[in-house]
Amino acid sequence: MSDYRVLPGPEHFLPPAAASMGIRLPNPGEAHINGVIVREEDAYEEAARQFLMAKVPTIFPGPLVLWAWNEKAAKKATAIRHLFNTLVECVQPGQKPMLIPMPDYRPKYPKINPEIEINPNHPNLTIWHNKIDCCVFIGVHCHQANLSLKIIRGGTSCYTIAMCAQAGHEDAMLSFRDASVEKIMRLADTIKRLKGTVQPRLASVKNGVSN
Amino acid sequence: MAEIKSVIGTQNKKGQTYTDAWKLLNEAPRTPSFFTGSEVIKEAIRRASCDVMIAYPITPQSEAAALIGELFAEGYVGDYFRGESEFAVMSQCAGAAFGGARVFTTTAGPGTMRAMENFPMWAGARLPIQMIVTCRGINSPLSIQPDTLEIAYLLNTGMLVWHAETAQDFFDWILKGYMVSEEPDVHLPLALCCDGFFVTHTKDVVNLTPADMCLPPYDPYRSPVPCMDMECPPVRMMRDPFVMKSNYISYATHASWQQEIWAAVERSRKHSIHWLNGLIDTENTDADIMIVSSGTAVSQGREAIRMLEDEGVRCGLVKVKTLRPWPEEEIREATKNAKHIFVPEFNVTGWLAKEIRATIPNPHRVHAGPHVCGGMTMPPEIIVSEIKTALGMKTLSLAGRGS
Repeated sequence: MSDYRVLPGPEHFLPPAAASMGIRLPNPGEAHINGVIVREEDAYEEAARQFLMAKVPTIFPGPLVLWAWNEKAAKKATAIRHLFNTLVECVQPGQKPMLIPMPDYRPKYPKINPEIEINPNHPNLTIWHNKIDCCVFIGVHCHQANLSLKIIRGGTSCYTIAMCAQAGHEDAMLSFRDASVEKIMRLADTIKRLKGTVQPRLASVKNGVSN
Repeated sequence: MAEIKSVIGTQNKKGQTYTDAWKLLNEAPRTPSFFTGSEVIKEAIRRASCDVMIAYPITPQSEAAALIGELFAEGYVGDYFRGESEFAVMSQCAGAAFGGARVFTTTAGPGTMRAMENFPMWAGARLPIQMIVTCRGINSPLSIQPDTLEIAYLLNTGMLVWHAETAQDFFDWILKGYMVSEEPDVHLPLALCCDGFFVTHTKDVVNLTPADMCLPPYDPYRSPVPCMDMECPPVRMMRDPFVMKSNYISYATHASWQQEIWAAVERSRKHSIHWLNGLIDTENTDADIMIVSSGTAVSQGREAIRMLEDEGVRCGLVKVKTLRPWPEEEIREATKNAKHIFVPEFNVTGWLAKEIRATIPNPHRVHAGPHVCGGMTMPPEIIVSEIKTALGMKTLSLAGRGS
């Protein structure tokens, strides 16, 4: 196994792709945390803890779950809304959960309103602007997500989670694979179960996140 | 759009049953058949559920391209036409793949070079096109004979590059190639190379899967990039392209995307190992002397090993199956006991020896050669001679043989 670990940045002017550093994607039933393969059960716990610790835990639903292009996408979108509502219920005062849809990838450059959209080419803008210190990508085309996750790791200190419907993402700090409605609901259940057991890191943050 | 249901077990319009690819390739009965390599390409494509094949004549791939035209006439291939040139063919392949088709084409030698601009574009656009490269000489003076120099140019395009030794490899790897290159975490084009004529125009016994079974069709909805979106990276060519910007994030996006292509090559490693049963094959890895090669040089190496055994010299072999992904760890492990590593190649530059030297500790162990080029054959005797000379053993001069 590689000694390289996928950690919150800012890592580098141009960080390497984690795959080129020997990080491998999980097999079915597994996930990875910081590039280390773990049981999927462990990843739910860690993802829930990261959300409950964050000052601005954020869900980024992508086009694959924002457009009702098939029945499964619509069900996933409903589950994501449930995940967000659960997060809102479970956070403590001072935490600010957000749900920022990214309906398409097309750049509105040079004019971009990161409050209502995220552009994978400029994810750091959205993260900087909103002081996001933990986020999850759901329903983003895989290689677009990889592009964003790597740029985020390069330029921000945001903890990134990917719920991938395919094989997962090495460039996230934590990644699930084969994401389904059931898995999104299970993450929500885990957040609910850990409510009140995790201290948010508000005290350690001076002016928002250090990104 | 309705949800896509599995097609496994259903039939296509030719009455072929869509079969789980693993079962098709590992459990289905095989029938020995005596075919040329070109005919084997045709038989693989018959079973590959290809949507589009685009052809352009250049020796030695013309025969395979023509034979697939027959498949089109028989209804096994969705669409088939001749492009205006190799450059046009590869561009048209891109268009078909952007549209969600499983695409196949063949090329060779100068045609490969003419189309070269398209290959990094395919990789950058994440198009899982399969291209057979029936290697031949590319330089002037003109040669149509086998010469693997063109592979050296493909190694840095971002494509997967495999090098088949035999027609049997060809049959299996064409089908397996689609399974690897279409994985969502890979989704890259594949250059499946062979040494022209030696493989394409000689007959061999090849074990074929049943003709009434075929691969499941390509599912473009598993693509990891949005389909046909000219506004988004990696394509983003139509409006406001990165090249028009002079800022950090534009460059970072382009740079990150280039890294992502090579990350996808790395991800193909797991799938290639699964389907090809490892990236290399080995024999006698405890021997002091190893031959490491790819393509038909492997066959010549095997024969050289047999001849050396007759003279009391024990020698091992590494057959390199995939050049991209490069089997770095595997080659290091297989050659760790070797004092001498010989790399016979059908090209003048010795690109494989350079790759191996850059991979292993103590690279002075690598003897780059023997080399032949321009279509010359490589008699196993010259491999034997190269090895015996390096070991300080007496060897016959081969130049005068037969005179």
